[in-house]
Amino acid sequence: MSIDANTVKKIAFLSHLKIEDDKVAATQEEFNKILQWVDQLKEVDTDNVEPLVSVNNEHLRLRQDEVTEGNQAEAVLANAPVKEYGYFVVPKVVE
Amino acid sequence: MTELTELTIAQASAGLKKKEFTAVELTEAYIANMDKHRNLNAYVCETPDKAIAQAKISQEKINSGQGGDLEGIPLGIKDLFCTKGIATTACSNILKGFVPPYESTVTANLLQAGANFLGKLNLDEFAMGGSNETSAFGPVINPWSKDVPLVAGGSSGGSAAAVAAKMCAAATGTDTGGSIRQPAAFCGVTGIKPTYGRCSRYGIIAFASSLDQAGPIAKDVTDCAIMLKAMAGFDNKDSTSSQQPVPDFCKVLGADVRGMRIGIPKEYRVDGLNPEIASYWDKAAAMLKDKGAEIVEISLPHTKYALAVYYIIAPAEASSNLARYDGLRYGNRVDGEHLDDMYTNSRTAGFGKEVKRRIMIGTYVLSAGYYDAYYLKAQKVRRLIRDDFIKAFEKCDIILTPTAPSAAFAIGDESMQKDPITMWLNDIFTVSISLAGLPAMSLPIGLNHDGLPLGMQIIGKSFDEENVFKAGYCLEQQAGFKRK
Repeated sequence: MSIDANTVKKIAFLSHLKIEDDKVAATQEEFNKILQWVDQLKEVDTDNVEPLVSVNNEHLRLRQDEVTEGNQAEAVLANAPVKEYGYFVVPKVVE
Repeated sequence: MTELTELTIAQASAGLKKKEFTAVELTEAYIANMDKHRNLNAYVCETPDKAIAQAKISQEKINSGQGGDLEGIPLGIKDLFCTKGIATTACSNILKGFVPPYESTVTANLLQAGANFLGKLNLDEFAMGGSNETSAFGPVINPWSKDVPLVAGGSSGGSAAAVAAKMCAAATGTDTGGSIRQPAAFCGVTGIKPTYGRCSRYGIIAFASSLDQAGPIAKDVTDCAIMLKAMAGFDNKDSTSSQQPVPDFCKVLGADVRGMRIGIPKEYRVDGLNPEIASYWDKAAAMLKDKGAEIVEISLPHTKYALAVYYIIAPAEASSNLARYDGLRYGNRVDGEHLDDMYTNSRTAGFGKEVKRRIMIGTYVLSAGYYDAYYLKAQKVRRLIRDDFIKAFEKCDIILTPTAPSAAFAIGDESMQKDPITMWLNDIFTVSISLAGLPAMSLPIGLNHDGLPLGMQIIGKSFDEENVFKAGYCLEQQAGFKRK
């Protein structure tokens, strides 16, 4: 499979990354090389093979739905680049 | 008296107990070496005052006959582990200035055992790389370098270099596709990635959650056993943490390897395998055979697909894990007109080239229309790779292979920089083990013609680190590798 310039831009958009126009061609070429390389997996017969999601053989545990470490607003906000009145501050989202 | 920094953890602990020196003296000796070797760029944050303060507390415990398995031992911590009150960056600009309000479980376990932390160690940005060159703090220089500065390997390059240069008694590392084993091999030190689930991932900055696993890098096999025992254990805060009891790995060191079956996978003898590495591989097998082990040829037929599987699954998980870096709740923020602009500006400024490349690959293979062709296909082949190991282990107890296809290469190596796939090929002997979730150790076996260390890898069955330690200790004794 190979991808075109528009797909590169679309992936960047979905990734929330900016890609300069003059970098699109190089990225496209690099991507196609990588995709061509992983295409070797096509030759493996995987009919009737279940995908392996986790190597963990133990069943995932359920826990009680209860607060374990509550009331930590200060710690949660400690690293916020911008905060006010105990809230994270975001740029205006409503016109 | 021997230099204190020459001592292994086992030797230093004995010396501390016998009052031959104090925990503060031991810690100061390592701090002096950190000063001396600052040019290696192994540490990205140094915390000598905290280390000394901890050492004083340890000394009081030792004086009163108390203390844990690592009482008074100075360690370096890979900067991927969250450490309460100490900046943690994953060596990415997007996390510069981040100070975790909590402690990772593994580092909490080490503190509980009495260790003190000298500082945070350099790594490839978000552990994505095999040479430590993607770090926002610049590459680590391999202490074995002569004329040209060589890479320390990656992603735990700072950890391996710091142990080799005696800038800490031992270090923590993490391994997603070879990030403990390959740098350990490049720097002539010993490291083990335990079975997936052995060490809690809580508080370790996530790269690829189904693969990430913490482990120690240390001066020798015994120190790895002491460190891993302290780091491992069930943790309620990590849903993939295993409830299997953690054995005392030290108990198997020196045990007889007679009758142990050593598997040699024929698929690892790839075309163009470096002849020196091939020769050391044969020698290592012969050393174990001399001690009564039995050599068995095994087959891992899907080996050649492991890298391609890894470079779909790891970026896919990374793109999902790294979606949290939005410039909003922590880390670096670059303003924008709208919320979406702020996200995009923060991420574009904060992430480096390799991280962006993997986020985009991951986004693509998970996107509508391509999910089945890439991601699901990779997960299916991942099962075949794991099943290969299960079958192989019916015929053998451990598997012996080289750790990496070469010795350390030069920083800025042109062929590595030009093509990402060339760099990724460094993981050729390590990724399939990660995909299968198995324990594997790298230990130094000898030097190549340039005087650079080469590593051997010992792979074990799931939750059978004990046989890995047993064979590793035997090989270490036989090889007689002289540490830097």
